[in-house]
Amino acid sequence: MSVLRPLDKLPGLNTATVLLVGADDALLQRLADSMLKTDCASELRVHLARSLPLPSNVNRPRVDLLVFVINLHSKYSLQSVEKSLHHVDASFFLGKACFLATGAGRENLCSVHRNTIVRLARTYRSPVLFCDLEVEGSRAAMAQRLARMLQISAGHVPGVSAMSLLSLLRSSESPSLEDL
Amino acid sequence: MRSALGGGLGLQLELHFSAMQKTMDPYDAPESTPRQHPSCSLKEYFLAATPLQRRLESVRKQATSFVPTPPRRRIPQRSQLQEDVDPQKVAFLLHKQWTLYSLTPLYKFSYTNLKEYSRLLSAFITAEKQKGLAVEVGEDCNIKVVFSTLLGVKGTQSDPEAVLVQILSKPQLPSEDREAKALWTGWFCCVFGDGLLETVSEDFTCLPLFLANGAESNTAIIGTWFQKTFDCYFSPLAINAFNLSWMAAMWTACKMDRYVAATEFLWSVPCSPQSLDISYAIHPEDAKALWDSVHRTPGEVTQEEVDLFMDCLSSHFYRHFRIHLSATRLVRVSTSVASAHTDGKIKIICHKYLIGVLAYLTELAIFQIE
Repeated sequence: MSVLRPLDKLPGLNTATVLLVGADDALLQRLADSMLKTDCASELRVHLARSLPLPSNVNRPRVDLLVFVINLHSKYSLQSVEKSLHHVDASFFLGKACFLATGAGRENLCSVHRNTIVRLARTYRSPVLFCDLEVEGSRAAMAQRLARMLQISAGHVPGVSAMSLLSLLRSSESPSLEDL
Repeated sequence: MRSALGGGLGLQLELHFSAMQKTMDPYDAPESTPRQHPSCSLKEYFLAATPLQRRLESVRKQATSFVPTPPRRRIPQRSQLQEDVDPQKVAFLLHKQWTLYSLTPLYKFSYTNLKEYSRLLSAFITAEKQKGLAVEVGEDCNIKVVFSTLLGVKGTQSDPEAVLVQILSKPQLPSEDREAKALWTGWFCCVFGDGLLETVSEDFTCLPLFLANGAESNTAIIGTWFQKTFDCYFSPLAINAFNLSWMAAMWTACKMDRYVAATEFLWSVPCSPQSLDISYAIHPEDAKALWDSVHRTPGEVTQEEVDLFMDCLSSHFYRHFRIHLSATRLVRVSTSVASAHTDGKIKIICHKYLIGVLAYLTELAIFQIE
């Protein structure tokens, strides 16, 4: 079982790669399209995967940012993300991984409580972002945000590293280590 | 498709549950720490702590005190109706399909003016019907509206009394000996609504849960009258899949002498062009046996137990049919205690657990109002 590691390959020149992991293909495809449309100085590469581990026979670039996409309307997407988390090296959670929860706005269709995702993200010490990937505006805004995070994770922004971004994104209301 | 679990459930299902399954439920369970009233030092700053300020304080306290304890909820106890209520009187509430609404607090509603309200509402309905909305001759004028209180349909002493509104058809001929037929019934109640009661002033009456049975047009007319008279707001209460799974677990946990119906779930599969429905029926005793094996502390239900219960059912289904029920949406839950649909429809079957069911629905209604 291969584990995804952040630093096992050399980086490409001015390229940043993001891997979107999620059970819902249509949503991932739309998010990928939005991300590719954003205006970005570096060359963005977006890879999609339904679950980890990835097949090892394909030659792929180093992953700079790992985004786990969870659809709150489907418990299955949460379960597949939880299974995929076992195949990720721990050093990814030092700012190179984040959780994206979609569909919180439509409360009537939610099968998963949003606090489940919040707790999952807190366990993995990673940021959690909420948006609605089915709405064009929200998706475009989130794509821009992810593109910026990707640039920082790939080291293309001088002065800001993935770890410093992680400490900036941590909200002041999150509990200290003893509470968990 | 129907899948029936026979005797001897295969409970050696390997389910990996790590610590991160613990979740936080935002609405307060009845036995969690109650919201504190503003302390004395705050009162020195504010000359009069208005209800709005009190509500802001409680919301602020709730937001900042993120206590990560796993949520628990009390299993509805057997008969919590007070001794002075007659079970026969509330028997008409059972076995009827009610549509749920949440209602904001009523301004200057008084229990002594019920006859006055009956008269005003009758006049309003007659006027509305004669406006030309329903062009029928004769029938509509012979209606009578009755307001009454339902004694005992509440959780604690501080809950306001439940109010029942009925539209009855007056008998056409005085010589006929038949009783007035109820054309439309609606009732307001508040069961364990402590969270809301603390934050409103005395002019308001909190009856956040409204249940209606009858023609939709009548519900709309009565809703309009209440909104105009008491400055409140109705909104339909939908129940999402997360809450339906909680209801399934809580109602399966209830001890019953006799099961009148199978435990049934209905899932909606999102696919085009038409969505498919999967119906999954289990023998109620098997469901109870499964719940008992999952359940740990008596008297409390936790999020982990609910998730484990539903996951056991899903994995059993997957083993037979290779369909992940977790990718579908739970739409309806039906047990011997009650049955609920995601559109906000409920039918209560067992009178022993009436208060328990209403308590959970009141919690959902209060959550929607806030």
